[in-house]
Amino acid sequence: MSQFQTISATSLCLASVLVIISILISYRQELKLEKDIFISAIRATVQLLVIGFILSYIFSTESPIFIIGLLGFMAFNAAYNSAKRGQGIPHALWISWFAITIGAWITLSILLVTGVLSFTAYQLIPVGGMVISGAMVAIGLCYRQMLSNFELRKQEVEIKLALGSTPKQASKAIVRDVIKTGLQPTVDSAKTLGIVALPGMMTGLILAGMPPLEAVKYQIIVTFMSLSTISISCFITCQLAYKTFFNNRNQLNK
Amino acid sequence: MALLELSNISYIVKDKSIIRDVSLSVNQGDYITIVGPSGSGKSTLLKLCSDLISPTSGTITYNGRPLTAIDPESYRKEVGYCFQRPYLFAKTVRRNILFPYDIRGLEPDMSRIEYLFNLLHMPLNYMERRNDELSGGEMQRICLIRSLIFEPKVLLLDEVTSALDTTNTSIVENVIDELHKKGITIISITHNEEQSLRTANRRITIVDGQLAKEEVLR
Repeated sequence: MSQFQTISATSLCLASVLVIISILISYRQELKLEKDIFISAIRATVQLLVIGFILSYIFSTESPIFIIGLLGFMAFNAAYNSAKRGQGIPHALWISWFAITIGAWITLSILLVTGVLSFTAYQLIPVGGMVISGAMVAIGLCYRQMLSNFELRKQEVEIKLALGSTPKQASKAIVRDVIKTGLQPTVDSAKTLGIVALPGMMTGLILAGMPPLEAVKYQIIVTFMSLSTISISCFITCQLAYKTFFNNRNQLNK
Repeated sequence: MALLELSNISYIVKDKSIIRDVSLSVNQGDYITIVGPSGSGKSTLLKLCSDLISPTSGTITYNGRPLTAIDPESYRKEVGYCFQRPYLFAKTVRRNILFPYDIRGLEPDMSRIEYLFNLLHMPLNYMERRNDELSGGEMQRICLIRSLIFEPKVLLLDEVTSALDTTNTSIVENVIDELHKKGITIISITHNEEQSLRTANRRITIVDGQLAKEEVLR
């Protein structure tokens, strides 16, 4: 970044007039949201300031163990959240954790090897957070679709098993559909980047003073790494999760 | 030695007994019909025979070997199963007909496919039809062809003619008779009294999950 544009405390205070506008509208329209708007603005400010201090501390650390540990913690939390969508799938938490870890690890490794990122908390933590949260959402979608497909397409699976197929062969169409479901939002979003909306990260960089073409390069990398992590994570999740729908006699679980 | 032997099998789901202490000996070349009221456990019995579910207690043996000792895929390739509700997966008839070849990693045998289409009175160009273009009777015949692509040793039929008109029923019945004559063992569920007595050599009646009656017909 050649010129980092800072926002002065005075400008920030003046910008709070935007909150006053919301409060006035609420008052005029008798929405009775004035108190909520005021509290939400205060909370957002305090929470963001706190996270700002925490991030300043985190980004100042250079300990690889700390960086990897924090990424691991983020991956576990993401796995925990996505596993909630997979209630009824045995070992969903561990499947998600493994899928997210491998997906993020491969993507971050490639970005490190190619020199796009350097091994610093300043770069790895936010980028890691982006890929991990993307994988979390995609895996959650995969679980929901998989549970629904095995319920709705039970007869199809049983017919294929009855014809002598393995669980893998019997689930192939379902797994394909599930991976597509997990990937679709990311693919759609990639298709419309710059046409429908300027992505938040790119907008942030431009606002911070980065030339648009430089910001675009970052956004391209973010798009590629999201696609890669989500593809890997969805693939691993599906390959591990479909097996849990079958028992050791290769029958559908009751 | 019986080809398929069910010994004191029971099947319980959520504390509910669906099948209770059923024993049945099926010999090579048998044609057995299963009758009984709706919900008596006939379809469950057939699913147990097809190894799509396993008994809670009791044993099933095939050629003298317990099913648990036989690779499930190998067993199911020898024991065909046609479901009550005709169901075609994917979008086209072709995908359904080629599936048995796909799972074996084999090239389709077009002469075999043509033979089966003729046997079931289906024009071969139906291969290119979309599933949703087929009537119920046509779908059931395609399902039967799909089960017969690789000739099974045992064919399990779950009321395959229940939703068919008289013409389609007659076509399917003739094919089943033909298969039986070739030595394929048939176990068929039916609600039709006349059908249950027509060509079968044995008829069993299932009531409330139990083997209520076993009749030798011929």
